Amino acid sequence: MSRRYDSRTTIFSPEGRLYQVEYAMEAIGNAGTAIGILSKEGVVLVGEKKVTSKLLQTSTSTEKMYKIDDHVACAVAGIMSDANILINMARVQAQRYTYAYQEPMPVEQLVQSLCDTKQGYTQFGGLRPFGVSFLFAGWDKNFGFQLFMSDPSGNYGGWKAAAIGANNQAAQSMLKQDYKDDITREEAVQLALKVLSKTMDSTSLTSDKLELAEVFVLPSGEVKYQVRSPDSLSKLLVKFGVTQAPAEAS
Amino acid sequence: MECVFGLVGDGFALVVADTSAVHSILVHKSNEDKIMVLDSHKLLGASGESGDRVQFTEYIQKNVALYQFRNGIPLTTAAAANFTRGELATALRKNPYFVNILMAGYDKETGPSLYYIDYIATLHKIDKGAFGYGSYFSLSMMDRHYHSGMTVEEAIDLVDKCIIEIRSRLVVAPPNFVIKIVDKDGAREYAWRESVKDTSGAPTA
Repeated sequence: MSRRYDSRTTIFSPEGRLYQVEYAMEAIGNAGTAIGILSKEGVVLVGEKKVTSKLLQTSTSTEKMYKIDDHVACAVAGIMSDANILINMARVQAQRYTYAYQEPMPVEQLVQSLCDTKQGYTQFGGLRPFGVSFLFAGWDKNFGFQLFMSDPSGNYGGWKAAAIGANNQAAQSMLKQDYKDDITREEAVQLALKVLSKTMDSTSLTSDKLELAEVFVLPSGEVKYQVRSPDSLSKLLVKFGVTQAPAEAS
Repeated sequence: MECVFGLVGDGFALVVADTSAVHSILVHKSNEDKIMVLDSHKLLGASGESGDRVQFTEYIQKNVALYQFRNGIPLTTAAAANFTRGELATALRKNPYFVNILMAGYDKETGPSLYYIDYIATLHKIDKGAFGYGSYFSLSMMDRHYHSGMTVEEAIDLVDKCIIEIRSRLVVAPPNFVIKIVDKDGAREYAWRESVKDTSGAPTA
């Protein structure tokens, strides 16, 4: 292994790899899975919570889902403290845009500007990259509902369905099989919960192990970001039959 | 004194500006185009300090173009107007631009719009507006004859009325005007109103 090329973020290895960026992605591979699915009527984000204690104050804080602006939210996988910095940067960038143009920032531009920041940490300054991957869900008047995935390298892509964190490859291939282009909002929620339940290590899914959030448009035309309450989430899990994992056949 | 005025009609917006470039008592030229085509569907009529006018409007034009190259979508008229106002506001308490602007645009979703942006970064969305000494006459004329949803013919008729008033009542009235229009088909020059033409040379015997 070319260990001598590991320690500086800003140099390539002889094989043309950036080891620090790859190690950052390793760190994310141990984090709780997050899945995003795009439907015609909204975007759903589901996340697996790693910190599950009865003592946690769940009503006021979320572990996986964060609102960036009224029309954009994100799910996080990786080092939480790194994520907080980037989420704050994204919030500032969104407000800066609105300050200049008096309009909400288009989703892709927000993702792009955050990714430009992340890229900076792979090229200069000598600081390590951020150990976070994001799933951005949002709506803008140019392209409607959108889902973007970004990683520590500063690369991003637009997706119909995507997964980050632990077992993301397994989740991604399940999504590829079951996703259809004209999926409705409810079907997307169902698919997300189903895929998450299959990729999670735990034997039974309960609402305290998950977070679910949706970005959709109200009849008034206003964009809404809503995190499901634990009760509402429990009901959904029962409805879609994903609470009792041992009872499932396949 | 420079005259710029504009109005919004049914599915279009007009901006009219005089075309004199004046320095003290000398008229350098009388076919100076002060209405910049900002992008395919936006017009920027500007009046004020001539160096600032060109510098600032070109700066805005290039930034609007850069946005479109970077992001693949054009700015809306409202966004461009707010951006312009922001630039004037930032420079105001350091190095102000002495430029007054009427920005007109057509957006597919919202139709035609007109924005009044003065040199101290005031921004108003308006149906009709004017800058300069000519505004005393053109605003009064528009207040009397303007109604919303005017056709192009009606609007041009009103513009001509305003020009007649300026020519007959303003002591140092500019002789020539240019009229530009923006609608769903884009921003373009509509017509000139000339009463003095630049001659091509001295008559030869």
